[in-house]
Amino acid sequence: MSKKIKSILATDCGSTTTKAILIEWKEDRYRLTFRGEAPTTVEAPFEDVTKGVLNAVMEVEELSGRTILNGDKIITPDNGSEGVDIYVSTSSAGGGLQMMVAGVVKSMSGESAERAALGAGSIVMDVLASNDGRLPHEKITRIRQLRPDMILLSGGTDGGTTTHVMELAEILAAANPRPRLGQNYKLPVIYAGNNKAQDSIRETLGEISDLDIVDNIRPVLEQENLEPSRDKIHDLFMEHVMAQAPGYKKLMSWTDAPIMPTPGAVGSLIEMIAKKEDISVVGVDIGGATTDIFSVFEGKFNRTVSANLGMSYSICNVLAESGLDNVLRWVPFDIDRSELTNRIGNKMIRPTTVPQSLEELVIEQAIAREALRLSFIQHKEFATSLKGVQSERTISDAFEQSSSGQSLVNMMDLDLLVGSGGVLSHAPRRQQSARMLIDSFMPEGITQLAVDSIFMMPQLGVLANIDKDDLKEDASQAALEVFDNDCLIRLGTCITPVGAAKPNSKMADVVLTFKDGTTKNIEINEGSLEMMDYPYEEIKVSINPARGIDVGAGKGEALESVVYGGVVGLIFDGRNRPITLSKESSKRIDSLLNWSKAVDEYPKGEMF
Amino acid sequence: MAHSYTPGLKVLKKTVFKKERILPLKGDVLVKEGDSLNPDTIVASTNLPGNVQMLKVSNILNIDPKDVVEALKVKEGQDIKKGDLIAETSGIFGMFKSSVESPVDGTIESISQSTGRVVLREAPIPVEVDAYVRGKVDEVVENEGIVLSSNAAFIQGIFGIAGEKRGDLVLVSSSPSEELKADQITSDMKGKILIGGSFLSLEAYKKALSMNVAGIVVGGFNYYDLKAILGYNLGVAITGTEKLNTALIVTEGYGSIPMSEATHALLKDNVGNAASINGATQIRAGVIRPEIVIPLESSNAENDSESKMPEGIQEGSTVRVIRSPNFGKIGTVTSLPSELNKMESETMVRVAEINIDGTNFLIPRANLEMVEMDE
Repeated sequence: MSKKIKSILATDCGSTTTKAILIEWKEDRYRLTFRGEAPTTVEAPFEDVTKGVLNAVMEVEELSGRTILNGDKIITPDNGSEGVDIYVSTSSAGGGLQMMVAGVVKSMSGESAERAALGAGSIVMDVLASNDGRLPHEKITRIRQLRPDMILLSGGTDGGTTTHVMELAEILAAANPRPRLGQNYKLPVIYAGNNKAQDSIRETLGEISDLDIVDNIRPVLEQENLEPSRDKIHDLFMEHVMAQAPGYKKLMSWTDAPIMPTPGAVGSLIEMIAKKEDISVVGVDIGGATTDIFSVFEGKFNRTVSANLGMSYSICNVLAESGLDNVLRWVPFDIDRSELTNRIGNKMIRPTTVPQSLEELVIEQAIAREALRLSFIQHKEFATSLKGVQSERTISDAFEQSSSGQSLVNMMDLDLLVGSGGVLSHAPRRQQSARMLIDSFMPEGITQLAVDSIFMMPQLGVLANIDKDDLKEDASQAALEVFDNDCLIRLGTCITPVGAAKPNSKMADVVLTFKDGTTKNIEINEGSLEMMDYPYEEIKVSINPARGIDVGAGKGEALESVVYGGVVGLIFDGRNRPITLSKESSKRIDSLLNWSKAVDEYPKGEMF
Repeated sequence: MAHSYTPGLKVLKKTVFKKERILPLKGDVLVKEGDSLNPDTIVASTNLPGNVQMLKVSNILNIDPKDVVEALKVKEGQDIKKGDLIAETSGIFGMFKSSVESPVDGTIESISQSTGRVVLREAPIPVEVDAYVRGKVDEVVENEGIVLSSNAAFIQGIFGIAGEKRGDLVLVSSSPSEELKADQITSDMKGKILIGGSFLSLEAYKKALSMNVAGIVVGGFNYYDLKAILGYNLGVAITGTEKLNTALIVTEGYGSIPMSEATHALLKDNVGNAASINGATQIRAGVIRPEIVIPLESSNAENDSESKMPEGIQEGSTVRVIRSPNFGKIGTVTSLPSELNKMESETMVRVAEINIDGTNFLIPRANLEMVEMDE
């Protein structure tokens, strides 16, 4: 098969590290062949992002023996022994994209605007709304303080009343906001509200801002139209924000597709995978300062950023939000509370340290569980069906008590849970990553677990978004094949029956049929956690839950399915949902030690 | 010799300290290059746009937004005083008029026909930037401010609260491992900067606040005591805007940790000298650490001690362990093995072999900090 694209170079310029990967067409498929990294060079003394990119690419050159650079130019196209066919990049350097959004009703147009901004990969600094309880001068002060990269203004349905959205526009005009980077250009403002107000908006904001008008984000109450706003945010990110950052103009001239904000690229990849495989996916990236969660349920994509939940810079905020007791419930030994808070404080002020002792590792992973749990709660609250929509209700709906604004996240429907970020990707044992994911996300039924070990999803995401007609097909094939073969480390599958059950009672019988025809029976009992080693291969399962217990087919209904093992294997989780730990210290510690032993989570010794 | 880069905090006996003193908005620079500066010399000033008040004239007068223009008694751009008439309805046969008066002094910024609101802007707010440290103007940044330069001793802390303060240095804890206790703080320490040792309790900090002490430099402080001072749990280390009379600069970390010998000795050498300190901390990209600047009398800048600083950890370097176990201890690097080592946590890391009080330990390089010293 001849391919238009034989080799791809992709980089991700993060706030600290620039990562480069080389993808090549080998033996009838695309594979990741080499990767390199170097410190990002956006800040002084270099102030030129391309230096870090070149350093990372040079590492790829050294490892692969392939010449990619000619001086400080990327050689294109691939001539067999030199160069690459395309080059793409994502960026979150310089603090990423920071936006402020405004809508008339906080839970309606305000939330839609927030969804569009988050989906495009932005950090939302604040949501202004007519009904947010703040007085105009308070809103004005807030806008001035924040100095966002751009503002998205929405509000009103097409043809409806324009007063409220105009009031917001006037507040913006009075604040006369300035962009975060550079004093010499006007702040980009995107208007995506009531089309009847467009002329008045131009009059009010046209002078003081760089105004763009796109289709309404909520043309009618029942419909959300995020695409035009999201696309415009991406364009402006390139034209304004990136163009202000040192070296980006040069970088933009090198790439074959627009540079995307890193989380925007990850989101679009997850969206594409979910669509192609027709599955529900949750992806998480836990960093030092923030935690990003992406989900696709019922075909609807959502992203949230928990701006102050992270493992170093924001570690004390995890403690503040979850409470010390919630962190300590995951720690299987007693520890002096004031000493522990000082230790966590010291991690915040010295964020680059690593856990040397086992005790430190266990504490760090306990905090990670809470950071993930809290971020996921925020995500579930945000990923909802549209609010404020009147729906026709039948008799059966009335019994279900369903209403608008319900969370789309349904853990029983979740097929794939992907983790990334230092604490998950670099945990010394993969079992630890699996346990952290299960304990904090609490999947139900059958769920496959994976980690993105080197965080390659951003580069694959931008690759999947190439829209040049002649390259589109190969690029998206490359993104999907590398995602399947090289990006994910498959941890295995978690099988969790849920429902009212007495302590230690049987929740389900599981029959596993392996490829060679042999079978194995497993009993899942309430409160237990078991693991079975098995590589990433297909296993047929037949699960028979007890009365009142659900594994995905309904209460008491048997389920036949196919699952896969992985580097951890199969995990049978009888801990019901939500996972509750005994208030009694000795009982709690016993359970924690038993669960850790069952999955071989920590090295055996004094502590375990 | 193998060496590795480990970020450290600066403890410099003598350096050329430079600092930008820039306005938040463009304005006037009041000094010129080469001018001598005292800490309180105003170097630049400007006016921030005044606060905005929005008057919902159509609602107050109970008229349509489009009719607001007819009722207005003012024009855009017009100066007004508090109590001036802004709009008035014509009433019925000149009776039953309703009116709106200005709640503030200012100007009419805009009038909206679509919402019926009048935007008033209050008088501009003057802003001044002082020199902060004794020194001279090294460079003028046109319309924005200056770069100040000063021959000074310079120390960075790890974490602080409250912004810029100045005062004379007073030694309270004579040894780096001594706790600075509440009963040592007396009323004659008002406006001074106190030199502590290993620890400061909440009680002692509160005493300092009540005595109007300008600042305290100390080795350690309890993380959970911050809540009692700030009124909230400090989630992310971004500080400097707290309105507190006493700035706190912690040099080592949370808990009771002896101040590094070099820091304590340098502060002790400067007892009685005037210092400028800033507790502002930002541990994020573009990191800001709290600082202590002590301008020196001599103007000889040739002995800039920064030039003597080694580039990173080398065999023989003195380092401090910044994570448990051995947290806070000081040792000497005996070797820097290049291969990855497995720690007790099973984490694979690059390590350094450190001699602490005669015993050798393998410690992740990421958990070591070099205190940059000019000796």
